Amino acid sequence: MVSVRGHYGAWAVALAVLAFLLLFLVIPVAQVIYVAFQHPNTGAFTFVNFVDFFRNALFRESFFNSLYVASMSVVVATLFAVPLAYFTTRFDFGAAALIQTLGVIPLIMPPFVGAVAMQMIFGANGSINLLLDEYFGFTIPFMEGLNGVILVQSIHYFPFILINLAASLQNIDRSMEEAAQNLGAHGFRLFRRIVFPLAMPGYAAGAALVFLKVFDDLGTPLLLNVNNMLAPQAYLRISSIGINDPMGYVISVILVAFSLFALWVSFFLTRGRDYAMVEKGGGGLGRRELGPLGRLGAWLVVLLILLIVLTPHIGLLLLSFGTIWSFSVLPDGYTLAHYEEVFSTALPYVRNTVLYAGLAALLDVVLATAIAYIVWRTDVPGRRILDYLGTAAVAIPGVVLGIGYLRVFHELPVPFVGTPLASWWVIIVVALTVRRLPYALRACTAALQQVSVSLEEAAFNLGAKRLRTVRRIVVPLMAGGIMAGFVTAFATAAVELSATIMLVARESDAPVAYGIYVYMQTAAGRGPGAALGVLAVVMVGVATYLSHRFVERGRRVEEADRRLAVAQGA
Amino acid sequence: MVQLRRLAGTATAVLLFAAPAMGAGENQLVVVTSFPKDLTNVFKQAFEERNPGVTVEMLKKKTTAGVKYIQETAANNTSDIFWASAPDAFEVLKGDGLLARYEVKATGIPDKIGAFPLNDPEGYYKGFAASGYGFMWNTRYLKAKKLPVPEEWEDLTKAVYFGHVGMSAPSRSGTTHLTVETVLQGLGWERGWALWKRIGGNLKTVTERSFGVPSGVNSGEFGIGVVIDFFGFSSKASGYPVEFRYPSTTTLVPANIAIIDNAPHPDLAAAFIEFVLSPEGQELLLDPKIRRLPVRPEIYERAPDLPNPFAGEIGASVYFDVKKSKARYNLVNSLFDVMITYRLDDLRAAVGALHEAEAALAANPNEEAAKLVARGWELVDAVPIDEARSLDPEFAAIFTKKRRKATDVVTGRQAEVEREWDAFVQANYAEARRLAEQALALLR
Repeated sequence: MVSVRGHYGAWAVALAVLAFLLLFLVIPVAQVIYVAFQHPNTGAFTFVNFVDFFRNALFRESFFNSLYVASMSVVVATLFAVPLAYFTTRFDFGAAALIQTLGVIPLIMPPFVGAVAMQMIFGANGSINLLLDEYFGFTIPFMEGLNGVILVQSIHYFPFILINLAASLQNIDRSMEEAAQNLGAHGFRLFRRIVFPLAMPGYAAGAALVFLKVFDDLGTPLLLNVNNMLAPQAYLRISSIGINDPMGYVISVILVAFSLFALWVSFFLTRGRDYAMVEKGGGGLGRRELGPLGRLGAWLVVLLILLIVLTPHIGLLLLSFGTIWSFSVLPDGYTLAHYEEVFSTALPYVRNTVLYAGLAALLDVVLATAIAYIVWRTDVPGRRILDYLGTAAVAIPGVVLGIGYLRVFHELPVPFVGTPLASWWVIIVVALTVRRLPYALRACTAALQQVSVSLEEAAFNLGAKRLRTVRRIVVPLMAGGIMAGFVTAFATAAVELSATIMLVARESDAPVAYGIYVYMQTAAGRGPGAALGVLAVVMVGVATYLSHRFVERGRRVEEADRRLAVAQGA
Repeated sequence: MVQLRRLAGTATAVLLFAAPAMGAGENQLVVVTSFPKDLTNVFKQAFEERNPGVTVEMLKKKTTAGVKYIQETAANNTSDIFWASAPDAFEVLKGDGLLARYEVKATGIPDKIGAFPLNDPEGYYKGFAASGYGFMWNTRYLKAKKLPVPEEWEDLTKAVYFGHVGMSAPSRSGTTHLTVETVLQGLGWERGWALWKRIGGNLKTVTERSFGVPSGVNSGEFGIGVVIDFFGFSSKASGYPVEFRYPSTTTLVPANIAIIDNAPHPDLAAAFIEFVLSPEGQELLLDPKIRRLPVRPEIYERAPDLPNPFAGEIGASVYFDVKKSKARYNLVNSLFDVMITYRLDDLRAAVGALHEAEAALAANPNEEAAKLVARGWELVDAVPIDEARSLDPEFAAIFTKKRRKATDVVTGRQAEVEREWDAFVQANYAEARRLAEQALALLR
């Protein structure tokens, strides 16, 4: 480690980052919590708002519905993820690439966009139920009320479980399994006593993440007309009764508490996984070839899941190209008119999105690089606080951040612009920056850890100043990771709705996610909204692909370096 | 490094290419409106084409939020026009002295539509289109489910429509509020609420916004929707297999436009109003995605499928009392939510059981069971407060008072009153269901 004493630059940067995080993360959230404990009539400290909350049948119901939906989404997502994870790690049957793709496809579709398309396919009078009714005389309420939210969310978020579980399974020491087999354990007993306990931490980490995401999500329930859940109630209270209604703040506090809890569970269990990896020997479970019948069965399961996972995409495409789709299995006809309309009227949304998400992602990588450098390369006292704050943003639901900004900044005018900060478009950029900082931070920290300190020391020895070293040595070597962080932050910020929906003050400032929400609200059909949704999905898809490419390239370079080092050593 | 340079370059390019319009320029007309983009885009484009160099900024807010926005920014007003449906909202702004008087130059517009004066008698706001209330249905849905076409509100309470109707809630949609209030005024408080609760028992869903109702009918999610007329007309004009009907208990209410007091661009604002009321502006209302009733009678010749209110083609029997509506606005919202929106499952269970008992009763008459069923309906219909109380300003104030400053102290919490009502309603629905089941047991 290079000493920093006497280098005020690092101090100044650390303080600037801290000021940003305090102003736009800590203070708004603290204000929300403070108001929740304020008496609505007198302003004194009180628990009366929480008493009102739990005495109101609607809020009680919303609370239990949110818990129920989040838990059930975990269960249904597990049903999708477990067979896929098990098949890929246990058997060789040539579907590995397919399953890897499966792990990404749902994530590039914002769930609230998929929700509308799912309604057309799985709804009470959607394609599937119309067919079932015609040929078998019964229907299945896939999308009735809470069921719809659960289905949409679990299709969207199951990759979190898939990725974590597959990683866990691959890390299981094969000798463990062999030892168990030698001792006579087979089949279910082997699974229950060896595989399941060893895979548990990865599964639980993924499950906690799914729970957290579903618990906080606002867009999906809103678009499915499910209002008796916590996030929609917070939004509706604030948007229809006003920012003085205490119930919105009480709900926010509950949302934050549960998010922190889920996050703690996730961290706790992932740490457990690291311990297990200490004894790591051989990679993964013993692989087997499947018999022809088993192969057929496995393929059928994988294809069925693939089909279910792709329904939102298929539905959205049909909606965006369909003319009239009313009480029928498929649209009556097909047209390009919706895309024409989108390209003639909706481009400002796209422009705003590129601007906001681009600026936010840029700010994110700057902040994240600064934080990573300060934490890992300097000895500024208390530097870890920056890391904790930057990561903690992941536990703050978008609705809560939005409410906090409205509360703190709605009477703060911006000089020369004349509008309060809360209704100036820049606040959307700030919200997106804070919301996506954890992603960028993870990417940049990983990138910095791969840069050898000796290179920096060499630069110092040659007389380079710290700023010059950072600029010429550290940042260029981190470029791949920074780029990956930028693109990930961009892709996820581009379709964020829960914070933006609260902060968009005028439609000309609105990003695509809000545009989709607005376009869906018309009596003249959801075609243009769906076309805009396809556009957003393509945008996120391309960005995700690019991010993947940068990470892969970084990995290849690293691999080449290592080989070179080995060769030189030999 | 090359990547980073490129990244920085891209970001700068993005900034330059995308710098959004900053602030309100010299020739920027700012319109605060509750209308959807289908309507505002058409008028914005047409007005900008006719006035080169002028841009129109549509500030989209829900009606109530729009009123609040204008009130809060009054000291430093940057908006020129308020453009929305609900006449009560304009009354509120007029009462606060936030509207400017304006004499319309356009001629050829009648003074009244039905029994309702088209313009504010004191000259503060003008009607530019008319709207009536009714229901729309999906013809494919009704055919597939073998349902008859409904004609009057009362038809929607029938057992055949159980689970096939959708509507929004007055607290979430200004137009739904007007619909609910129109029926309450047309049938009277008790009969009006009884109607809404029995329709409520047949509801499949209460949508989050008014747009959810036409969307639901169009896609076939439910068969019949309670809507404002232009939702039905524009869905049909867009090609959906739907029809719309005005029941006889309806009213025609103008949608309005007004200049805000102390507007930064009064001349542009006046030009915009004249344009909206001109024959070409009125003809824009016939756009398939808008389909609102124009206030110029001659326009109807170009739209034979739109009913002409000036030729008596809409039998609007209710005279809509704006003052009454304004006095109990929030109270009606809250009452509807407590009795229907948030107790939908209990209400549906009670009404469903009563329908079943009635069907059994028709096949097998039984005096005792008939009494139980009648008593069950009474319980479903009951309202916790009477009309006089709904108009009592002191009581209604509980629903409007807000603590605005830290020093304000407010007495009586809305949550307390709602809890009382909820207990009343929940007990009634449970008892009605029990009676219906008892009647069924007698008949078996």
